[in-house]
Amino acid sequence: MKGHAFRIVAIWLVLTVIAVPLVVLVLGPHLPPGRFSVEAKDQTSANTVLTALLMPIVLLVLVFFGYSLVAFRHRGPAIEDGPPIRGHGPTQLTWVLATGAIVTALAVWGSYTLVETARGAGGGQGPSPTDLPKGHSPRLNIQVIAQQWEWTFRFPSYGGFETRQLALPVHQLVEFHVTSLDITHSFWAYRLGVKADAVPGVDNVAFVTARKTGSFTIRCAELCGLWHGHMYRTGYVMSRSDFNTWVAQQRKADAANLKDLGPYRRSYYPQPFHRAG
Amino acid sequence: MTSAAFERERRPLWQGVIGFNLLSALVLGIGGFFLGTWIGGQIAVGHDYLLGTNQNDVGLFMGYLFGTIGWLAGLGFFNYPLARMAGRPPSHRHHEFAGIGRYFRLCTDHKVVGIQYFFGVGIFFFIGGLNAMLMRTELLRPVEHPFPAGQYISLVSLHGTMMIMMTSAFIVGPFANFLVPLMIGSRRLAFPRIESLTFWLTPLSGLVLMSAIARGGLPTGWTGYAPLADQARAGMDAYIFAFILIGISLTLLGMNLLTTIVTMRAPGLTWARLPIFVWGILSTAILMALAAPVLVAAQLMTVMDRAANTGYYLASQGGSPYLYENLWWFFGHPEVYILALPGFGIVLEILPVFARKPLWGYRLAVAGMLGVTLLSFMVWQHHLFVSGMNSSLRPFYMFTTELISIPTGFIFLNGMGTLWRGRIRFSVPMLFALAFFFNFLIGGLSGIFLSDVASDVTTHGSYFVMAHFHYTIMGGLVFAFFAGTYYWLPKMLGFALNERLAKIHFWLMFVFFNLTFFPLFAAGFLGMPRRVSTYAPGLQGLNDFVSASAFVLGFSMLVFIANLVYSLVFARVPAVENPWESKGLEWQLPTPVPVLDFERIPVFNTTPYEYGVPGAPPVATLAPGAVAAAGR
Repeated sequence: MKGHAFRIVAIWLVLTVIAVPLVVLVLGPHLPPGRFSVEAKDQTSANTVLTALLMPIVLLVLVFFGYSLVAFRHRGPAIEDGPPIRGHGPTQLTWVLATGAIVTALAVWGSYTLVETARGAGGGQGPSPTDLPKGHSPRLNIQVIAQQWEWTFRFPSYGGFETRQLALPVHQLVEFHVTSLDITHSFWAYRLGVKADAVPGVDNVAFVTARKTGSFTIRCAELCGLWHGHMYRTGYVMSRSDFNTWVAQQRKADAANLKDLGPYRRSYYPQPFHRAG
Repeated sequence: MTSAAFERERRPLWQGVIGFNLLSALVLGIGGFFLGTWIGGQIAVGHDYLLGTNQNDVGLFMGYLFGTIGWLAGLGFFNYPLARMAGRPPSHRHHEFAGIGRYFRLCTDHKVVGIQYFFGVGIFFFIGGLNAMLMRTELLRPVEHPFPAGQYISLVSLHGTMMIMMTSAFIVGPFANFLVPLMIGSRRLAFPRIESLTFWLTPLSGLVLMSAIARGGLPTGWTGYAPLADQARAGMDAYIFAFILIGISLTLLGMNLLTTIVTMRAPGLTWARLPIFVWGILSTAILMALAAPVLVAAQLMTVMDRAANTGYYLASQGGSPYLYENLWWFFGHPEVYILALPGFGIVLEILPVFARKPLWGYRLAVAGMLGVTLLSFMVWQHHLFVSGMNSSLRPFYMFTTELISIPTGFIFLNGMGTLWRGRIRFSVPMLFALAFFFNFLIGGLSGIFLSDVASDVTTHGSYFVMAHFHYTIMGGLVFAFFAGTYYWLPKMLGFALNERLAKIHFWLMFVFFNLTFFPLFAAGFLGMPRRVSTYAPGLQGLNDFVSASAFVLGFSMLVFIANLVYSLVFARVPAVENPWESKGLEWQLPTPVPVLDFERIPVFNTTPYEYGVPGAPPVATLAPGAVAAAGR
C-alpha cells in the first residue's frame, strides 16, 4: 500500500507547489481590504498569509478524499469487508503534532504581529487600547457618533465642531473614538481597514493612517434596526491643505450649532429612549 | 414481559379527538394566553404610559406564561404529578402504543418522541427555509425591493432565530431520542416524561416565535443584542419568550441524555465500545446542559429590562450592553458546537458501514469530541474582537479559537483513516456523509480568517461570517441530518425511501449549496455587511447568482419532501431489516422496532464496527438468558 500513499503525497506536492505561489502572487494583491491605509495593508498581508497557509491543508484533505474515493471504490452487488485497520499510532501522532505545530505557529505569529506591529490597530480596542501604531505622532482625534440611523463626526482638536461628513488628512495617524447615542452600531470603513463597534456609554478607539487620497465607504456592520442597511456614507481622504480648507469651511458652517451642542465628551448618556422599529 | 402484553385496543375516533392532545393543548394555550394578557394588563395599568411605550410587555409576558401552562395542561403534563400527589399508584397511562394519535399526545415512548421531533422540527426548518427564499428574493436588486426594510429585517430575524432554535435539536431531537436507547441497550431514556416535555416545548416555542409576526416583527436578528432588544417593539417579547422555552427544553434534553448515557448502558457496553454517535450525543448533551441555562438567564434579564424597567443592558441606567454580548456568546459559541457535534457523530457512525472497515482511530475521535466540548467554552470573545473589549485579551481568544481546530482536525483524520483501503460504496447516506467532510473543510478553515484579529477586522459582521457559518451549520449539520435520515429513517418508520429521488436530492443540494454559499465569501471580502437589504450596485451580479442558486437549493428540499410523501403515503415499500448490513445494535432489531425495543436487556460483546474481523461475535447478544440456557 506504499504505492497509494506515495501517489497521494506526489499529487499533493505538485498541486501545492502550483497553488501557493498562485495565491501569494495572483490572488494576494486582490485580497481585502487593499492598500488604502497602513492598517488595510497589514490586514491584506495577514489575509494573504492565511490563504497561502490554508492551501496545502485544503489540498491534502481533498486529494486524500478524492484519491481514496476513486481507488478504494467497491463495485458490484456483493458487499465485501475491508481490512480491519483500527488505527496507526505514528500517523495519529504525526497528525496531532503537525496540527498542533501549525496552530501554535499561527497563534504566535498572530499575537506577535498584533502586539508588535499593531496589526489589529484598525479594530476597535475599547477605551484603553494596547495595540498602538508606532512611529507616528501626533495623532488627530476624530469622534464617530452613531445613532439610529446616522453618523456624525466631531473634531475635538478643532473646537469640537460637528459634521455629517468625514474627511481625514493623508499620511496622518488618526485616532477614531467611536461611540453611540442609542444602541450598538459598528463603524466600518472598509477600504481604511477600520471596524469598531459603537456602543452606548463606551469610547471605542481604533487607529488608521491613510496612505492615499480618495474616497471610502462607511457602513454600519452591526444590526441596528429598521434602516440598518441604509446607514452608509462616503468619507474622503484629502491632502493636508485640502483638509485644512475643509475644516475651516465646516467650522464656519457649524459655528451656529456649537452653542447648542453639548461640550465634547468621550461618551454620551442620553435619556432612555422610546420604542421604535 | 413481551411487548404484545402492552398493546392496547384502538379506541374510537371521537375518543382520540377529545382528551389530552395537541387540540386541547392549542385550545387551553390560546385561552391561557388571553387570560394571562388580561391579568398582566390589570397588574400593569399605566405601565405602558410610564415607559413611554405603546405596548404592555407585562401583559404579553403574562400571556405567554399562562399560554405555556395551558399548553402543557392541555397535553396532560400535570395529570401524572397531580394523580401521584392525590395518592394514586404510578401507571403507564402515557405509554400509548398504537395508532397515529400517539404522535399528537404526551407519549413516553422514546421512539414516538424521536418521530415527533423529526416532523415537528422539520416543519419549522421548512418555514425557516421559506424565509430564506424570501430574503434572497429581496436581494435580487440592490435598491428597489419587494419588501420594505422593516419586513426584511423581520424575515432575517425570523429565519435566523427559527433555524438556530430548531436546528439545535435537528439531530439530537429525532436521532438521539430514537437511537441512543437502542444503541446502548436501554428501553428508554432516563426521564421519559421530561423527554416528552422537551419535545412539546419545541413546537410551542416555534409558535410563540411566529406570533412575533402579528406583533410587528422583530429587528434584532437571531442574536437579539440587548440595547436594540430593549428598544424593539412587542414582537421582541415573542422572541425572548421563545428562546426561554427552547433554552429550558435544551437544558432538560441535555441532562436527560447525559444521565441516560452515563447510567443506563447495558452490561458489557464499556466506554471504549460506545458507538461514536453516542459519544457525539454525550458531548452535545454536556454542552446543552451547561450552555443553555446561560441563554435563559440572559433572556430573563431582557424580560426585566422590558417589563420592569430595570437597566441591566442600558448604559444610561448604569447597565452595560457588554453584559448581554458576553452572556449571549458564552451560550452562543457552545451552541454552534451543539449544532456541529451530533453531525460529527453521524458521519463517523456512517463511514465505517459504507467503507466496510472499523472506525479508524476511535480514541482520537472521542478525544476530538471531548476536546471540542471543553474548548468551546473558552473562545466566545472572538465574536467581540472589534466590540471594544479589552484589547490585551485578544491574543488569548485568538489562540483558543485556533486551538479548537486541533480536535476538529481529529474528526477529519478519523474519516480519512476509515476510507483508507476500504471497500467504499456510494449509497445515499454515504454521499451525504462525504459531502459533510467537503463542506465542513471549507467552513472550518474559513473560520481561521475570523479567528485572526487583523483578518477579522474585515470579515466580522460581513457576508464572510454568514458564508462561514452556513458552511458549518447547513453544510455540516443539515448534510449530516440528511445522511442520518436516509440511513435510519427506514428503520424508524418502517418504510424504504425512494433511492432515485434521494440521489437527485443529494446532487441538487450538494451542487447548489456550494454555488449558493461559496460566492458569499467573496461578497463578504468585497465589503457587503450582513443583514442589509441595500447593497453596493456592483455586487448585484454576485447576489443574483446566489439568489438563483438558493432557489434551486430550496427546490432540492421539495424533492426530499416529495420523496418522503411518495415513500410513506403512496409506495409504502416495507423497509428491509438491515439494508446496509450494518453491525450496529439498532440494526439487529426487527423493523419496525418493537414497543419495548428489547425482549431482554442485551449483553454487549464488542464494538459495533467489527467489519472484516474474522470470527467477530455479534455486537451484542440479544437474548442473553436464552443463550445461557441453551449452552447449559
